[in-house]
Amino acid sequence: MKVKTPSKLEKILAAGHYAVTSEVGPPRGSDPEIIIKKAEMIKNHVDAINVTDNQTSVTRMCSLAACIRLKLMGLEPVIQMVTRDRNRIALQSDILGAASYDIHNILCLSGDHQSFGDCAQGQNVHDLDSMQLIQTVRYMRDEDKFLGGGDISRPPKMFVGAAANPFADPFEIRVPRLAKKVAAGVEFIQTQCIYNMEKFELWLKMAGDRGLLDKVYILAGVTPFKSAGMARYMKNRVPGIEVPDELVKRMADTPKEKQSEEGINICIEQIEHLKGVEGVHGFHVMAIEWEEMVPDIVERSGLYPRPTVD
Amino acid sequence: MIVADKKPIEEIIEEIKNNEKILILGCNECVTVCEAGGKKEVGVLASALRMYFLNQGKEVKIDEITLERQCDHEYLEEIRDKMDQYDAVVSIACGVGVQFMAEKYHSTPVYPGVNTCFLGVTEERGLWTERCQACGHCILASTGGICPVARCAKRVLNGPCGGSAKGKCEIDKEIDCAWQLIIDRLKALDRLDEYEALCPLKDWSTDRAGGPRKVVREDVQQ
Repeated sequence: MKVKTPSKLEKILAAGHYAVTSEVGPPRGSDPEIIIKKAEMIKNHVDAINVTDNQTSVTRMCSLAACIRLKLMGLEPVIQMVTRDRNRIALQSDILGAASYDIHNILCLSGDHQSFGDCAQGQNVHDLDSMQLIQTVRYMRDEDKFLGGGDISRPPKMFVGAAANPFADPFEIRVPRLAKKVAAGVEFIQTQCIYNMEKFELWLKMAGDRGLLDKVYILAGVTPFKSAGMARYMKNRVPGIEVPDELVKRMADTPKEKQSEEGINICIEQIEHLKGVEGVHGFHVMAIEWEEMVPDIVERSGLYPRPTVD
Repeated sequence: MIVADKKPIEEIIEEIKNNEKILILGCNECVTVCEAGGKKEVGVLASALRMYFLNQGKEVKIDEITLERQCDHEYLEEIRDKMDQYDAVVSIACGVGVQFMAEKYHSTPVYPGVNTCFLGVTEERGLWTERCQACGHCILASTGGICPVARCAKRVLNGPCGGSAKGKCEIDKEIDCAWQLIIDRLKALDRLDEYEALCPLKDWSTDRAGGPRKVVREDVQQ
């Protein structure tokens, strides 16, 4: 695929390297050091860093400001943008704000419902949905225009991503849904955390059969378990995540003091396995509140050092 | 129909406690069907209020009237000659009725006796569910007759979102995922291929966003 933006992430993918991304969640406060510290932990082991946008609908420092912090550190942010909290004026405005700091990657999401967060009584906006946000960024970038038709001076040069969840229901439309995102203009996908390899591979194969894997880069999402409790929680409580029983059992059968180590081992095994799967172009390592483990995971998976691109 | 739900009686008492001549005004349309504001509910509310004021040792006159509709001039006019008998009205019509009453009888306070909830259906007696948000530009033709604006918690027009699990919405296992219903219905119609058509950005100017709306039909105006 041809490189269309100055994004380092895009260049690495286009060069045929496995890309590695991870994420940092902004703090529940205004202390920039928290972002800086988290980024310092992972910066040498990833190509780009996602910054979440009020994830689980809990109010936090805004993704844009935290992304600017990363830019000031010379790092490559992926700004996550949800359609829950902003209408098309605010979305376009924040896209331009991000572009003004040369933030070159965006992940377009609808966002968790506000009932999960700390403002359950708030409105949600959803003027656009995630696919329409993809279309919006592409339109701004490729046509140099606002949705309202006006010209943009210095349009945003953003590599456009979205999430995909091969495990959400109904399964039969998971690939058509990916096709729809591709049609909307998505260029890279970061998947939901993958534990059920068989189902993920089936999804990829079906996507490949439709020719979608020639049009979009797939970054496989992985999340290490910190404990058997977390494995059970992910299995039973998190919508759209499938954890096979044998993984829960493996964690539960491990002595408590060794469980976090076992969680990392499983994660590395998953990456090693996924490297052999056609259509996987990289990894999105989501070590939730456990960023310090990212370097270890990346190194032990044979993904270090990270490649350099022009 | 417009679905409403009864307000707690304590809230109604708080609204009217300083009045002595009160009219409880019902409506024979939607709120009768959803058993929140019809003749029967007027009677129940009036009795409860009489009981309350009696216990308080207060002499309060409470009358009951149920109109055919509260959203039409002609029916609201039926009570014009009685309005001077009351110093407050509790309308248990929907919010439309409450407001039209208040517009028509400018100097009489009109208090709401129900919470107006949504446009919906009677699934079974005692269970009403939402179907329409009156967005002003119907897209049901392309969604298998199921509305994602009204029935998806994120009004996602190209759904389902990642939170759809086993046909249910992430916010509540009792709520069907609208997009699961749309997909099932498109399949039943042998039109699942239409799922892949991208729904364009919606023009919300016909929705609440565009300000108070009106429909003008010159062909039926006299």
